[in-house]
Amino acid sequence: MTTVFDEVATGTKKLTVGQAVNRALGDALATDERVLLQGEDIGALGGVYRVTEGLAARFGSDRVVDAPLGESGIVGTSIGLAQAGFVPVAEIQFDGFVYPAFDQIVSQLAKMHSRFQGSQQFPVTIRLPYGGGIGSVEHHSESPEAYFAHTAGLKVVTYSNAHDAYWVTRAAIDSADPVLLLEPKKHYFVRGEVDFDVPTDNPFATVEARPGTDGTLLAWGPQVSTALAAAEAGVEDGYDLQVLDIRGLSPLDMTTIADAVKTTGRAVIIHESSTFAGFGAEISAGLMEQAFLSLEAPVQRVGGYHMPYPPSRLEQDYLPSVDRILDAVDETFTY
Amino acid sequence: MSTISSPTGHQLPEEAIGVLSADGFIDPTESAKAFVDDATAIDHERVAEMYRLMANTRRIDEEGVNLQRQGQLVLWTPSLGQEAAQAGAVTALQDRDWIFPTYREHVMARGRGIPDEKVFDFFRGAVHAGWKPSDYNMQPYTVVLAAQVPHAVGYGWGIAQQQRGWTDARRAEEGRVAVACFGDGASTEGDIHEAMVFAASFDTPVVFFIQNNYWAISTPFEVQSKVPLFKRAKGYGFEGFAVDGNDPIATAAVMDHAVDHARRGGGPVLVEAHTYRMGAHTTADDPTKYRTSEEESQYAQSDPMVRTEQYLRRRFDYTDAFFDEIAAESEQLAVNLREKIVDAPDTISLREKFDLVYAEEHPLVDAQAVAFDRWMEDEDAS
Repeated sequence: MTTVFDEVATGTKKLTVGQAVNRALGDALATDERVLLQGEDIGALGGVYRVTEGLAARFGSDRVVDAPLGESGIVGTSIGLAQAGFVPVAEIQFDGFVYPAFDQIVSQLAKMHSRFQGSQQFPVTIRLPYGGGIGSVEHHSESPEAYFAHTAGLKVVTYSNAHDAYWVTRAAIDSADPVLLLEPKKHYFVRGEVDFDVPTDNPFATVEARPGTDGTLLAWGPQVSTALAAAEAGVEDGYDLQVLDIRGLSPLDMTTIADAVKTTGRAVIIHESSTFAGFGAEISAGLMEQAFLSLEAPVQRVGGYHMPYPPSRLEQDYLPSVDRILDAVDETFTY
Repeated sequence: MSTISSPTGHQLPEEAIGVLSADGFIDPTESAKAFVDDATAIDHERVAEMYRLMANTRRIDEEGVNLQRQGQLVLWTPSLGQEAAQAGAVTALQDRDWIFPTYREHVMARGRGIPDEKVFDFFRGAVHAGWKPSDYNMQPYTVVLAAQVPHAVGYGWGIAQQQRGWTDARRAEEGRVAVACFGDGASTEGDIHEAMVFAASFDTPVVFFIQNNYWAISTPFEVQSKVPLFKRAKGYGFEGFAVDGNDPIATAAVMDHAVDHARRGGGPVLVEAHTYRMGAHTTADDPTKYRTSEEESQYAQSDPMVRTEQYLRRRFDYTDAFFDEIAAESEQLAVNLREKIVDAPDTISLREKFDLVYAEEHPLVDAQAVAFDRWMEDEDAS
C-alpha cells in the first residue's frame, strides 16, 4: 500500500481491502470538509496496517490526526468534535483495545441522539480492525460484535471484500448515526475488484455471496471466505450450499436472511466469537420467528468456544473451519 | 498538604485565592495578590446577579428535596453550599460558550436561563435531557462521572481548529470556550486524565472547572487525592488555580482570567474551587452515616450566601429592600415550580422514544414501534 491517491476515485480498479478503505477515507476527506480522522499512529506511519497511508500528507495533520494514546479519549473527543460540527472517523488500533472506550461508545455515543431528543446528530464512525487467524499476540484477534450490536443507537457493520470495503466505509461515514465499522483485518491484503462508479444499493444489507439450494451458510466479515470455501468443498459431498454475506449486524437485514432460509430449509451460522450469547443466537432466534415452518432442521452454529481467544498457535483449532462447517451441514441432514 | 484557615475555619490549600472574609470584609489570602484588584473591581450589578442566582437556586433546591420526599421526583441532587462557585463560573461566560455539566450545576443552569421545570423534568424521570442543549449552549446533565469532560475537550478541539488564524480582536469578539465541570470524586476517573492530555496536546480552549466539595458521596477528598487537584494541571502542561469557591468575587475573578486565557487561544486552564457540599449527595444519601454534625456546622459558617449578602451590604450599601425582594422572588419561583411539577403529565411518550434512537431508519426499531402501537391499541380496547 504505497500509492497516494489524489483524485476522487472513478472507474474500476483492482485493490486490496486496505487500499479500498484508504480510498474511501481519502474520498470522504476530499468531498466533505467536516470529515476528520483521528487515531493512534494514523498520520505519518499511516496506521499499523498502513490503511491511512498518505492521508496525513495529502490532507494535513489537522484532518488526519495522530491522537494521544487513549481510546476513551479518542471516542469521547469525537463526540465533542461532532457537536462542534465535524464528522469524526476514529480508529481504534485493535479489537481488544476497544474496551477502555466502552463507556464512551455504549453509554455516551450510542445514547446521545436519544438523550438530546434528536436535536443533535452524532455522525461518528469508529473503525475497528477485528478478527483472528492472523497469528498475533493476545488482544489482537477478537470479534466483539455482539457487545455493540446489543446496544441501541449504534449501527454495527462489516464487509468481506474490497468493493464492499469501499462502499460500506463511505456509507458509514455518510451515516447520520454513530457507526461501529468492523474491519476484517485478515483481509486487508486480499485483492478484489472495486467499482467506484456503481454505489452499492444498500451497503448494510445482506447479500448472496454464492447461490445454493440445499442449505444456507450465514457469515460476515472474515468468515465469509471460510463459508465460501466450505460451500465449494461441500460440492464434493453432494451439497449445493448458498452463502449469505451479512454486512449490517445492526440494522440486521432479517428479511433477506429469512427469505433465503425459507427456500433452502437449512441454516448454519458461522462466526469467530463464542457462540454463547453470540450474534448467531440473534439470527437463530430471528429464523425461529420468521422461518420456523420452512426449517428442515434446527439452526446450527459454528463459532468460537467459550474461552478467552486462545494463543495464536492454537487459533486454527478454535476458529470455524471448512470441516467444522460441513460437519454442521451434515447435522442438518440427520433430521 | 499545607493548608490555611479561612476566617471560618474552612481549610484551604495555602495557594488558594480568596478575597472575602466569612462576614464579607475584603481580607485577601497571601496567594490572592494577582486577583484582588480584579475581584474587588467586579461591579455591584454582577455581585447582585450572582446573589440572585444563588438565592433563587437555593430556594428551588430546597423545593427539589421537598418534591422528592413527596414522591414527585425520583431523585434530587442538592447544590446547597456550592452556589458561589457556580455563580462565579457562569457569570464569567458569554452566551456563546458551552457548559458541560455534571448533575449538580443548578446555579449554572439558572445562569443560562434554563427554566426550572426543564431541569426538574430530568429529576422526575420524564426525560434524560430536560432542555434542548443548543438553545442554552449547555449539555444535558451527565450522570456517568467525568464522561462529559472528553466531550468538552472534543468540542474545544473543534473550536480551536475553526478559530485558527483568528486575530486577537476576533477571538475576543467571537471566540468560544468550553467549560468542563466535575468534582473531586470524578477527578479520579480515567476520562479526566485522557481529557487533560488531549486538551493540552491540541491547545483546546477548555476550562476544567472543578468543584471540590470534599465529599464523593461518603468518601472524603483525602481518599481521592493526596494533593490539591489544581496542582495536577502543571503535570499536563497548563496552569491551575485554587480558589475559595465560597467566595463569589474570588471565584468570578479567577474564572474571568481562565476563560479569557482560553478564549485568546492560550490553551486549557484548570480552576479548582474549594467549596463544601452542605447537603446530602442526593435525596437517597444519609450523611449522618459518614460525617459529624460538628463538621457540618463548622462548614455552615462559610455559607457563600451569607458572605455574598454581607459583602453587598458592606461594600455596596445594599439594604433589606433588595434581599427581601430576592426572597419574595425566590418564593414565587418555588410556587410556580410546584404548580408545574406536582402531578405533571409525561412530556414524551415511549412511542416517541422509538423515533429518537437513530437519526436514520432502523428496520428493527421501526418494526417494534409498529408492534408497540398495536399493543397499546389492544390495551386501550380491553
